[in-house]
Amino acid sequence: MHALWEPWTQGFMQRALLELVLLGVVGGVLGCWVALYELSYSAESLAHALFPGLVGAALLGVPLLLGGAVGVLGAATAVALAGRAPEIGRDTAVGIVITTLFGLGVLLALSQAAPPGLGQLLFGDLLGVSRKDVIVSATLAGLVVGALALLHRQLLVVGFDRSTSRALGAHPLLVDLALLGLVAVTVVIGVQALGNLLVIAIVIGPAAIAALLGGRLATMMAAAAAIAIGCALAGLYLSYYANTAAGASVAAVTVGLYLLVRLGASIRRWPPGLA
Amino acid sequence: MTELIAVEDLAAGYGGPSALEDVTFALRRGERIGVLGPNGGGKSTLFRVLLGELQPLRGRIRSAGGFGYVPQTERSRLDYPVTALDVALMGTLSRVPWWQPIARAERERALAALERVGLADQARKQFGELSGGQRQRVLVARALVQDQPVLLLDEPFTGVDEPSAQLLELLLDDLAADGRGILIATHDVEQVARWDEVLCLNRRQVAFGPPEETLTPAVLAETYGAEIVRLEGVPAALLPPHHH
Repeated sequence: MHALWEPWTQGFMQRALLELVLLGVVGGVLGCWVALYELSYSAESLAHALFPGLVGAALLGVPLLLGGAVGVLGAATAVALAGRAPEIGRDTAVGIVITTLFGLGVLLALSQAAPPGLGQLLFGDLLGVSRKDVIVSATLAGLVVGALALLHRQLLVVGFDRSTSRALGAHPLLVDLALLGLVAVTVVIGVQALGNLLVIAIVIGPAAIAALLGGRLATMMAAAAAIAIGCALAGLYLSYYANTAAGASVAAVTVGLYLLVRLGASIRRWPPGLA
Repeated sequence: MTELIAVEDLAAGYGGPSALEDVTFALRRGERIGVLGPNGGGKSTLFRVLLGELQPLRGRIRSAGGFGYVPQTERSRLDYPVTALDVALMGTLSRVPWWQPIARAERERALAALERVGLADQARKQFGELSGGQRQRVLVARALVQDQPVLLLDEPFTGVDEPSAQLLELLLDDLAADGRGILIATHDVEQVARWDEVLCLNRRQVAFGPPEETLTPAVLAETYGAEIVRLEGVPAALLPPHHH
């Protein structure tokens, strides 16, 4: 019992858990839309698009959070607009935009004035999350969940049948921009804790597991948020006792759970062809 | 009878040559108009213009209100985590501001619409688990929730089994009897012969009028440019293109 409780007597572990609970709720709910809109690759790319934004901000001396937000929102807009060009597919559009942005980031990063400590922003520093970070995350998380609640009916109609959604009063471009923008804000929330290489794990992973479990959208979202928080807890225990990197442990637990549930679903359906 | 839509000399296109031109017709209360034409003949273009998704190149459209729209069921995603009731409730988006949550009255309206299409007992079932005909009726219920005087149906009988098609046709008769105007894109000439008017399109308006006057071999040949066959009870008809 003591071993279960001990990690949470430490302030840095409490803050790490709180940060991950916030990220889990946002990632779980948003992740369901990302999965339903088949935007996982776009979301992953947006996370990487944060890198040049951070470098630019460091060079200009403005807050990294702002630089990352501007970089990702710019990329989100470019991806949404390029994806609408009929001559190139959505995947290709994302590839072109992200490669261009990343290339720009590398050019900036290789300049003489490149800031130190970029590795921390790539991999995150979950156990170094401050009280102020948690407050900023809570504010942004509230914004994302609130925006998703407001956009819920639009998101539902466009995702169901994009081609005819306008006839029902939906605005597909607004929905695309808003959804990618909210992914961007979530990446900004999570970059401090998980780093931009791992943050997307908490958006895509839990929602992918919840999708395997089936059910209505509200059930799927609740399940995704609960799974994200459960994986965060398990990952933090693993990190505390096995002395592994905290962010990577959370991501590894999420992926491990996905594989387990996937395997379980396959066994339940075995042999194939039988209902 | 009151005109719900009046279209005069309409032309529309997508940047190149006109996809549709010379369209002039009127839809009155209680009327069912069958829109016949080959694939690419302009049926979808006409619907897109009426729905406001495409600006006309020329001509005038006057309408008494908005449109309830029933797209082809094949476009809907079957893996989407929504129930029949959720889909019917999507019809509220054109009336209730998008940021507002759904009120109980709207939920009751959606349930009533599902009852109207004979699916009250399937309201909580996942949309993807329904049969093709049931899904089509859910989409009609959604259009009823939109609560507009005109219904536009885009090939509603495609991919629907015979008993469901009969149910759907009876439902359309009922809705017209209520005073709605109904515009139905279809390939089924035999079915169109049972409706009030027929609009034949082949990149332009070939003919418009009551079926007994309009469905002549010459009009059908000009509409489809395809094989013409004789059908019992209809002056002439053709083998509709098969959909798989």
